[in-house]
Amino acid sequence: MIRVQEDDFDPGRELEQLSAGNHAIGGVCSFIGLVRDFAGDGSISAMTLEHYPGMTEKQLEAIEKEAHARWPLDATLIIHRYGRLEPGERIVFVATASAHREAAFEACHFLIDWLKTKAPFWKKENSPDGEQWVKAKASDDAATRRWNK
Amino acid sequence: MKVLYFAWLKEKTGVSQEILDLPEDVTNVAGLVAWLKGRNQGFAAAFAEEAVVRVAVNQEHVDTDHAITNNDEVAFFPPVTGG
Repeated sequence: MIRVQEDDFDPGRELEQLSAGNHAIGGVCSFIGLVRDFAGDGSISAMTLEHYPGMTEKQLEAIEKEAHARWPLDATLIIHRYGRLEPGERIVFVATASAHREAAFEACHFLIDWLKTKAPFWKKENSPDGEQWVKAKASDDAATRRWNK
Repeated sequence: MKVLYFAWLKEKTGVSQEILDLPEDVTNVAGLVAWLKGRNQGFAAAFAEEAVVRVAVNQEHVDTDHAITNNDEVAFFPPVTGG
């Protein structure tokens, strides 16, 4: 399942719901992305996430489908927030459930790497020097390429 | 066709989305970019670093040689920075 929302979410509750009622699941793996209070040498007071409604959902669904094609997964969840977020706030949540841990770990890693380079979100940072769009990192592209077959 | 602009492309063009008639001699994304650049200073500035600009047609990532028609939804944006 995927969700794109402005509101925060409760990771504990989401994890509980992900595996509820399915006793074939042997392991659940999750990743939570948080807003940092720094970028490079400077400090960040807040950030604003913009996205492309419609395409965002389409891309996240495609990424999730790809994970299910590659690993034996019982359930997956991707939540991505948009709007204004302050340091310490949750931005993104990825959770994967499978009979065995390898599939859960690998699929979780794959999903966060892939969505960072495919899902149409853009971060703008607010710092004492003003506002600035975050530049994409080459290391993120490299992280995604590692999953290419 | 519907054309959308995101992040600093939206700021530089001053447009978030618009409906436009595709000029007859424009057949692909690269042609549309060339045409948009000639519109005004804002568009010229937005597409000045053309190699950095990413494009989606009908909400799928594509390259600039991708063919387009008047029925398509085209979006221009910087490399994505979510996650």
